[in-house]
Amino acid sequence: MQNPVEPAGMNEHALQRQEAREQWTLLGLAAPAVLAIVAIIVIPVGWLFYLSFVGSDGQFSLEHYAKMIKYKSYLRVFLITFEVSILTTLICILIGYPLAYFLALLPTRWAGIFMLAVLLPFWTSLLVRTYAWLVLLQKKGMLNDFAIYIGLWETPVKLVHNMTGTLIGMAHIMLPFLVLPLYGSMRKIERDMMHAAANLGASPVQAFWKVYFPLSLSGMVAGSLIVFVLCLGFYVTPAVLGGGRVVMVATQITAILENQFDWGAASALGVVLLIATLIILYLAARFLKFDAALFGKS
Amino acid sequence: MGWLQRSASDTQVTHRDRLWLYVVAAIIMLLLVIPTFIVIPMSFSDSQYLEFPPNHWSVRWYDEYFGSSKWMRATVTSFQIGVLTMLVATPLGTAAAYALFVSGHRAARAVFMFLITPMIVPVILIAIGAFYAFGRVGLNNTITGLVLAHTVLAAPLVMIVITAALRSYDLNQELVARSLGASRFKAFFLITLPQIKFSVVTAALLSFLTSFDEVIIAIFVSGGVNATLTKHMFAALRDYIDPTIAAISTIMVLVSSVLLLATQFIGNRQK
Repeated sequence: MQNPVEPAGMNEHALQRQEAREQWTLLGLAAPAVLAIVAIIVIPVGWLFYLSFVGSDGQFSLEHYAKMIKYKSYLRVFLITFEVSILTTLICILIGYPLAYFLALLPTRWAGIFMLAVLLPFWTSLLVRTYAWLVLLQKKGMLNDFAIYIGLWETPVKLVHNMTGTLIGMAHIMLPFLVLPLYGSMRKIERDMMHAAANLGASPVQAFWKVYFPLSLSGMVAGSLIVFVLCLGFYVTPAVLGGGRVVMVATQITAILENQFDWGAASALGVVLLIATLIILYLAARFLKFDAALFGKS
Repeated sequence: MGWLQRSASDTQVTHRDRLWLYVVAAIIMLLLVIPTFIVIPMSFSDSQYLEFPPNHWSVRWYDEYFGSSKWMRATVTSFQIGVLTMLVATPLGTAAAYALFVSGHRAARAVFMFLITPMIVPVILIAIGAFYAFGRVGLNNTITGLVLAHTVLAAPLVMIVITAALRSYDLNQELVARSLGASRFKAFFLITLPQIKFSVVTAALLSFLTSFDEVIIAIFVSGGVNATLTKHMFAALRDYIDPTIAAISTIMVLVSSVLLLATQFIGNRQK
């Protein structure tokens, strides 16, 4: 019986043809996924892009973009979006760094167990967690009760349906996106580096700031960028915990569609959001080995 | 408390020096976990008002939930869409990940980046885009429409999980099978697939959960009898606080916890 894969004496040309055929087969395997993304993402988003340049008279116009500059309400939405995103990212760094450091110091086995504290919320519906914060932060909620009990403040403080509630909820939801890449980069730091620093006379604090911290920066920056970019387009948590006071871009897009049914204006905001996201990711990819931090490629 | 004096690393730091870190980390972990699980005791409260800890225990909100045709209908819809998304996204993502990994074609990397764009494009934009496009072709408020949209969200996750698995797998095994006369497909199904099957299962569970927990696209493109659990929950959260949500949340937390533990278990088996 002949070997079906490589019959003896096959010439170079035939081998090349077989190689080409195989490449096509493989690309064919990827085709359904490509088609799905073209149909569900590329065409609809392209369509929105087109709509954002169509004025109310049906002609090409920049009126939807002009509105963003003209009206103060849009400026406020952009400012709030940036404020929430930056503050959430900073809170995540402040809270996430010690946590990731703690996890990275543990033996892998224990780190795996404690990591569940990060992974469980990560896997739980963000709607459920937003709801939990709504209850915890209300005036008669557990947090107010606890703070009054230990004497932090005397009368119940309004913690939800405002910026405070939004930031608490957002930080809780975003934290895993920072901790996971940061933990990954900390695990890659070789212990010998710290030994060398100690050997050369650095105190533990010096060794941390001069050796460990700079080496952990790539993971921290990658994680922060993911958090920041996700915050920019966030909808559910600000809508529920902000109680209508924290209007971010996504909230505004929904409001425009619900109240005015103005596809042009909504699309234009969406396009601005997408472009902002792409610029940040482009810069990140340019200046950092971003996908290395994300996907563990070297 | 002898362990406090003991060295915490190979350098001079003792556990006592690091005590602050342990305390801070413990508080942060509690703050991460509490809001995830607090819905469980809350759902057994007898009160209209959300209180914690509950003064009286009852299962009235569960009665309310299981007795409501609206919530039951939405639960069935969410499970249906989740399972269908899983069944579509897992083979779709696995095939693409395998093809791009094996091909080594110079376009493969670009195609990979293209296929993970759903992770980069803000979900709100995907949602309104799908809402607009589906409106043109009559897919709004249908199961098919939402499954398609959720598949696109889940496929990149599948691809990342499977690519990672293939990276730690020795593809030469497939070459051996092929040199012995197996076709590429036979080699994949008989040799490669059985060895990455745990990753495939993890990817499948992830796709289910991605769909089951997804809110924004569901708000826009699902509705009527095909409205999902998350769509109804979001509406309820925005308008009034109904303790039935606590009962539903408890069930959702259980679903995620079971799936997460399943993947951890699978991960350990794989090692």
